[in-house]
Amino acid sequence: MSSHSPAVPKRLFAASLLSLAVSAPALAQEDPIKVGILHSLTGTMAISESTLKDTMLMLIEQQNEQGGLLGRELEPVVVDPASDWPLFAEKARQLLAQDEVDVIFGNWTSVSRKSVLPVVEELDGLLFYPVQYEGEESSENVFYTGAAPNQQAIPAVNYLMNEVGVERWVLAGTDYVYPRTTNKILEAYLKDHGVADDDIMVNYTPFGHSDWQNIVSEIKDFGSQGKKTAVVSTINGDANVPFYRELGNQGIDAADIPVVAFSVGEQELSGIDTAPLVGHLAAWNYFMSVDTDANYDFIDDWIDYTGDEMAVTNDPMEAHYIGFNMWAEAVRKAGTTDVDAVKDAIIGVSVPNLTGGYATMMPNHHITKPVLIGEIQDNGQFSVVWETPSTVAGDAWSDYLPGSRDLISDWRAPMRCGNYNVVEGRCGGGAEVASAE
Amino acid sequence: MRTIRSLVQGLLCLIVVSLAAPAALAAPDDDGRALLEALDVDSYAAKGEAVTAIADSGHPQSRAWLEALLDGKLQRQDDGGRFVVVLANRGRHWPVRDALTDEDLGEMSRRDLDRIGINNALRGQLQNTLALLDLHAPAVSARREAARDLLGEVSPSMVEPLNGLVENEADDEVRRLLTQAIAIQRLEQGDVGAVEALSGSLNTSVRSALSAAARSDDAALAKAATEALAGIEQKQKLNDGIQTLYFGLSLGSVLVLAAIGLAITFGVMGVINMAHGELIMLGAYTTWGMQQLLPGQPGLALVLSIPAGFLVAALAGIVIERSVIQFLKGRPLETLLATFGVSLILQQLVRTLISPLNRTVVSPEWMSGSLMINEGLSLTLNRLFVLGFALLVFAGLMLVMRRTRLGLEVRAVTQNRAMARSMGIRATRVDILTFALGSGVAGLAGVALSQLTNVGPNLGQNYIIDSFMVVVFGGVGNLWGTLVAGLSLGVINQVLEPWAGAVLAKILVLVFIILFIQKRPRGLFPQKGRAAEG
Repeated sequence: MSSHSPAVPKRLFAASLLSLAVSAPALAQEDPIKVGILHSLTGTMAISESTLKDTMLMLIEQQNEQGGLLGRELEPVVVDPASDWPLFAEKARQLLAQDEVDVIFGNWTSVSRKSVLPVVEELDGLLFYPVQYEGEESSENVFYTGAAPNQQAIPAVNYLMNEVGVERWVLAGTDYVYPRTTNKILEAYLKDHGVADDDIMVNYTPFGHSDWQNIVSEIKDFGSQGKKTAVVSTINGDANVPFYRELGNQGIDAADIPVVAFSVGEQELSGIDTAPLVGHLAAWNYFMSVDTDANYDFIDDWIDYTGDEMAVTNDPMEAHYIGFNMWAEAVRKAGTTDVDAVKDAIIGVSVPNLTGGYATMMPNHHITKPVLIGEIQDNGQFSVVWETPSTVAGDAWSDYLPGSRDLISDWRAPMRCGNYNVVEGRCGGGAEVASAE
Repeated sequence: MRTIRSLVQGLLCLIVVSLAAPAALAAPDDDGRALLEALDVDSYAAKGEAVTAIADSGHPQSRAWLEALLDGKLQRQDDGGRFVVVLANRGRHWPVRDALTDEDLGEMSRRDLDRIGINNALRGQLQNTLALLDLHAPAVSARREAARDLLGEVSPSMVEPLNGLVENEADDEVRRLLTQAIAIQRLEQGDVGAVEALSGSLNTSVRSALSAAARSDDAALAKAATEALAGIEQKQKLNDGIQTLYFGLSLGSVLVLAAIGLAITFGVMGVINMAHGELIMLGAYTTWGMQQLLPGQPGLALVLSIPAGFLVAALAGIVIERSVIQFLKGRPLETLLATFGVSLILQQLVRTLISPLNRTVVSPEWMSGSLMINEGLSLTLNRLFVLGFALLVFAGLMLVMRRTRLGLEVRAVTQNRAMARSMGIRATRVDILTFALGSGVAGLAGVALSQLTNVGPNLGQNYIIDSFMVVVFGGVGNLWGTLVAGLSLGVINQVLEPWAGAVLAKILVLVFIILFIQKRPRGLFPQKGRAAEG
């Protein structure tokens, strides 16, 4: 992507010239609205996050071509937290205190979000977080446009249980907060549905694990006990490539033991030869292959913007698309970019998503999303084999974890609480919650 | 509903056929069209019926259609409803040809095409259908493959035709596999007699079926199946042992490959080169670049990458040596920091010039899949090649160090620099060549690793710590030590992993090395005599 970066400033320059020319009388005097972009452009996470930076630049450029917002131009402020978690907090502080941005779009990993959270709350900023995450969190200043576990993991497990008839489960994940919390929720959920302890195998591997021989052979063994077996994978990023390669080489077919992944999207697949993986599954709220005009237009815009005919789109990009449009809509509704006014205005705002429906911002700062299950194709795309009949509202606190099932989050006027305990009837949460994180 | 629809379609076809009777050629096309129309429904069950209809129709193109459907390449035009087969499905515009007439239709936008989707269940059915067709193939290997695919997939309706095939089959292996496939089906129906035919087989489908039978309510069946399973487990134990050893050696060979270049630069020359990992990365990117230059020939590209990867990494090594390391001779701390800086620069260079995203390196056909020793034990081919490659590189390096003038000079310079120089050896030139050799070998490691792991900017980082660990454990300055240390660490890791888990296994190995170094600070094979710390 970076090989095209020289084109970007030129385009931006051209775009801003154009928008200046079009609406010069109205625009020129007022200060631009500043949009902070907090994604790693260097280091380990650059692989995932740099695309999101470009997505935001594209969305801002498009908005400016339509005359900006409230008659003011949008100005992107890009910083690079370099995949360094503490640096995320520093850069967020810089964006809010020094650059005085009106909103931030950013973060990928949960640990970076946790690092930014206190800063955004202290300086009363707005953060739109576009990646699927483990839930168990609700902040007045953060809007979660990615999937909560009930919008990805639980429906995927339901699909395997009911449509595929899976009875034995391997929960394989990378050893950090998102897989551990998600697997805790899934384990509780599976046991609620009568799955025996013996039929669940949990396995964690270090970041960037590349030697999967033993684990794949264990999975093969676990799956040869006469019950339909599936792997639920929360393996992160890079480590998936050697994992899938090993699966293919040891001859594990999707028809025998399907793997459903929550962190593997079009972008991750673009680094693999997908022929041996055909039929393995992924659960997301968006796939590039979705057959709607809005999606095709988005893809065309993206390909034109990057200048790469083979560029792919993915779920977190759609989340930014929805988040950005929601924020823009809320600013229009509030008539100002003032953080408190936007926070109140955005709840209940509905904007079209790319899969042919609408996304609505809920009072708990999560959004409604359809859940799609896709099978990997030989061209690195997914084909949708199942979807929820309607959209699912994101749940900040899981219904399947003790301590968290009594909590609700509602940031509307009378309550204004992120962890209201309905049993004790007070704001402040339960004791167990901290351990879930 | 659906039956009515297909009836109507059938009637329509009849009408069309009767109308177009004079044009005799049109008739089969309409049959074909009706067969395909039946596929274009939402329910996967109905699609399954349509697949059976196509397979039974004997239509000349039925096989091509089923294969296209299996690949997700059978599609339908949004308007006009023409059925097409997509020839290549990357990018936005796809070349297509007509599914019925085989006519080349040029390129179509993917917006205008609707895929006839399949799911895993349907994919299984398609594979079985194709396998059944393949059982009639003239090539024995194709028949064996097909028979193996049918293990655990036989439905009651297939038993009859399969029995017929077994009788007429000339190849023993195919006969044995088919008999097993039928026996699994009988076992699923609760036939105790089937257990005998299956006992002793190590195939996972067989084990799966027996495990299910062992849990059945029929006491006699459960007992027979449990006994058969016990026999199988016994045999499997030996296989598992061999497999763990193989996994260990294979992991070890990766460690050896990554570390062996370092054993030269760090072990022999004493330069702490933190950019060693990035030299590996350069080798991997060379493979990718080579595959871009030779599209469609991944095997040839991979073979050519071996010299190319060596050269690219060696050149990079020379540049690093000339521009940084030569000025920091004898100052290990500064060398460490400077080369760490170099490694960050190289990583970011790749991110900026190529892409922060991982690059796809395709494995050639002959390196995918596995080599089947017996039904319970197969060795993955890519790792087998890497294991062999590691040993070859090691042997080559030993030859260079022991049998060539360069090797002699390197040993002389490292043992006593001043003395060697006074004997007329140009020490600076030897430094450059040694560093280039170590770097080039790192490049070779990169070529091999491109077949196992991600080719991306972070590739090197993942191996640098392990490489130093192996060299230190093996004994600095000793190539044999590196080989033994790498392989044994690999095996220890893989033996620990099944019961300790991947995370804990890694920690245990590290703790083991720390304790070992406490006891023997110079590693497994310490340098003796004059070579040891002068």
